[in-house]
Amino acid sequence: MSIVTVQLGQCGNQIGFEVFDALFNDSHCSRGLCSKRENEAYQASCKERFFSEEENGVPVARAVLVDMEPKVINQTLSKAACSGRWKYGQHSCFCQKQGSGNNWAYGYSVHGPRHEESIMNLIRKEVEKCESLSGFFIIMSMAGGTGSGLGAFVTQNLQDQYSSALKMNQIIWPYGTGEVIVQNYNSILTLSHLYRSSDALLVHENDAVHKICVKLMNIKQVSFCDINQVLAHQLGSVFQPTYSGEGLFHYRRNPLGDLMENLVPHPEFKMLGVRNIPQMSENSLAYSTFTWAGLLKHLRQMLISNAKMEEGIDWQVRPPLSGLPPLGKMSVNKETHFNTSIANLVILRGKDVQSADVGAFKDPALYTSWLEPVHAFSVWKTQRAFRKYEKSAALVSNSQSLVKPLDMIVGKAWNMFASRAYLHQYTKFGIEEEDFLDSFTLLEQ
Amino acid sequence: MLTRQRGLAVRRPSRYGNGETQVHLRGLLTENLNLNLERSGATAATCGSGVTYGRPAPLESARWWARNTEAGAGSGPVGWPCRSMTQSVVVQVGQCGNQIGCCFWDLALREHAAVNKAVLIDMEEGVVNEILQGPLRDVFDSKQLITDISGSGNNWAVGHKVFGSLYQEKILEKLRKSAEHCDCLQCFFIIHSMGGGTGSGLGTFLLKVLEDEFPEVYRFVTSIYPSGEDDVITSPYNSILAMKELNEHADCVLPIDNQSLFDIISKIDLMVNSGKLGAAIKPKSLVTSSTGVFKNRQEKPFDAMNNIVANLLLNLTSSSRFEGSLNMDLNEISMNLVPFPQLHYLVSSLTPLYTLADVNIPPRRLDQMFSDAFSRDHQLIRADPRHSLYLACALMVRGNVQISDLRRNIERLKPSLQFVSWNQEGWKTSLCSVPPVGHSHSLLALANNTCVKPTFIELRERFLRLYKKKAHLHHYLQIEGMEESCFTEAVSSLSALIQEYNQLDATKSMPVEDLPRLNVAM
Repeated sequence: MSIVTVQLGQCGNQIGFEVFDALFNDSHCSRGLCSKRENEAYQASCKERFFSEEENGVPVARAVLVDMEPKVINQTLSKAACSGRWKYGQHSCFCQKQGSGNNWAYGYSVHGPRHEESIMNLIRKEVEKCESLSGFFIIMSMAGGTGSGLGAFVTQNLQDQYSSALKMNQIIWPYGTGEVIVQNYNSILTLSHLYRSSDALLVHENDAVHKICVKLMNIKQVSFCDINQVLAHQLGSVFQPTYSGEGLFHYRRNPLGDLMENLVPHPEFKMLGVRNIPQMSENSLAYSTFTWAGLLKHLRQMLISNAKMEEGIDWQVRPPLSGLPPLGKMSVNKETHFNTSIANLVILRGKDVQSADVGAFKDPALYTSWLEPVHAFSVWKTQRAFRKYEKSAALVSNSQSLVKPLDMIVGKAWNMFASRAYLHQYTKFGIEEEDFLDSFTLLEQ
Repeated sequence: MLTRQRGLAVRRPSRYGNGETQVHLRGLLTENLNLNLERSGATAATCGSGVTYGRPAPLESARWWARNTEAGAGSGPVGWPCRSMTQSVVVQVGQCGNQIGCCFWDLALREHAAVNKAVLIDMEEGVVNEILQGPLRDVFDSKQLITDISGSGNNWAVGHKVFGSLYQEKILEKLRKSAEHCDCLQCFFIIHSMGGGTGSGLGTFLLKVLEDEFPEVYRFVTSIYPSGEDDVITSPYNSILAMKELNEHADCVLPIDNQSLFDIISKIDLMVNSGKLGAAIKPKSLVTSSTGVFKNRQEKPFDAMNNIVANLLLNLTSSSRFEGSLNMDLNEISMNLVPFPQLHYLVSSLTPLYTLADVNIPPRRLDQMFSDAFSRDHQLIRADPRHSLYLACALMVRGNVQISDLRRNIERLKPSLQFVSWNQEGWKTSLCSVPPVGHSHSLLALANNTCVKPTFIELRERFLRLYKKKAHLHHYLQIEGMEESCFTEAVSSLSALIQEYNQLDATKSMPVEDLPRLNVAM
């Protein structure tokens, strides 16, 4: 089953390119560490999900690129075409000349309705190319105007038109110290709308990924390209094929559906985060070896101490003793900083994957009380190694880790709102104060 | 990418002996062939009544195209579905405005020529010579379309009321034509001075016209404010009357004063002549240099100062003309930097002012650039932002600078700057990969800061001193449509603005408190 990707705005398009590149490079990577037949099955599955075939054999990404100004799309198209190995469909993009000016209202209320038909047509064309549709993967940022505003609009439209298909939104949480001044407004408006119309929100924070680049990858001058590549690596490790219940050579057919089933048991809680281990620069990779036990231990601690990378993990944090129920509503001022999860999914790739023991993740203390651990935790495996890592593990979790950043953003937005700053820019395009208040209400919940 | 910019110029009597007021239209069209195969003709200049200089043939461009793209699937250029970018229209009003505009076109062409080397090669094969010797000179010299014998006599009322009504239709027509030729008109840049008659009066009249006619298009105004020692006696009147219009009809104003520009030039001269640097300074890198494409152009007085302003405009639009990892369009400037509609005055500062000849710039030098942007030496208006309150700040970086450098510097500089309580992280950033000619990177900082308040207060003082004695008032009042109420309204508009800044300043010393949040009943 296939996934149609919708890339929105500068952020969405830049990331989208890196994601497809990573997926493609991985599936054609020579160090798969498994049998040829295995490799071919893997490749075929990956291809079916993300690429469609063109006449001359060049794979075409199943993607629709949308932006309100042309520079980024042109760059993205040319980068893909220049790589010679895969490309975007010539007609799968939509752009206008004038951007959204970092204005959520402009993206949502002006660009949305104006270009609704064209964009939905493009998406429909892409959907028709798929034999069966697993769902949509929408990549966007929260801080700008197009990604956030138009993204929210498109997601709503997809909800109306393709109600049976699943939608996962990949949203980029902006840096704490501002890339865009009104990013807090844009973020709360986006989140409140997406929460109603999307099925799952996969969140990546710029701050966290930036730290990974600095600490783990040892990149001195981090650029957005570096950040996007790390992001793409994380996403790739989640989305590449894994075995279905039938065992070797059979890969899961419905990636999005399975993800949602495992991770979003309750529609009220749909924010997911990704953690990946190990993550390092290619140079260091040659000198490192890993064991599954070591990797999994780190990963588990990363989860419960809410760390995003394997350095600087706080080993002091322990789950509460079993028997004591975790507090009903975890307030952010809790001292122990323990990160309770609703659901977790571990994805293991590489050598000897059958021997890896994930028992530690089944500990009920990690989870909330209203869900049985057996429902809350699942594991996917494949022998085929991912990119150049002999063993790698990814953890997708639905947990509290995003409460704190969310709180911060809502706080800042509220302060700004109280002094009525910048509001005239939004009311110009039809977003009134009530809309803001609605958003605040929803998010406070 | 398509950058099509046209200018509408209105001149007032030149101090250099040319006693006529001229209105002429000029345009400049440069095109990057990368994006648009159909539009392969690049018209070098469209001047006045439709004289155009076409480039030789689409064939030329097709050949260039084939040479320079990777054919991919071999069937010719990959279809670029997205067309050209947004356009801006530059409106140059008055002598000051025109002279600055001249420098701007020159530098803009130089910048695009450097990026699109192939275009220049093509042009050199025939068209450029024609241009240099031929009629393009006229673009920068006077070409009469509408003339008027008397000038505005340094009288805002004449510029605004008399010339405004006289030429409104004609100007409107030309503007409409310009706008029609644009695929997507994003903003108007108006360049003028505040102290004179035409630039000040007619310039601000045009603002109202633009607002009525093109309400969705942003209006960016670059205004040259009079210094204390300005030689035009009535400049306070003209400035205050113009300020009212700016308050009400401009989206964004970049105030600049001559004294600051002069100080910058003195500083550069000092560096160049002091000899203590040892290494040579790249001549083209001077922010004041005007070695544009047209070498025959005579250097006029004020050129050095005007070039600084021209560079400001270039850097402002760079992110919408060239690619980068974090783009910023012009509408984003207004969106992020103007929290309340009245407070749209931005203090600008440019770095670097010159580049030394060594090629490798260590990160320390880069950080120095950021520090410089916040030093008073680099500001284009005399003000003290460090001791006032920031409402918002934008950093537009050009060249090979990455997001981590930007963030590191913001972290470094933040503690010494005071931001308003509800916008503690009020930074807007953009990264454009193409540096300006002669530099490896540059930074333009735009700050919405209460430090513009003293400038306005001083302006009001000078106005009141004149007004109390009713000096020269009759020149204004004798113009049809002018009454004393115009003056009083203008002053109260300015006072209201100053009051708003005062209110914000009052919050400066208050502790930052988080307001109580919504409590949602579950």
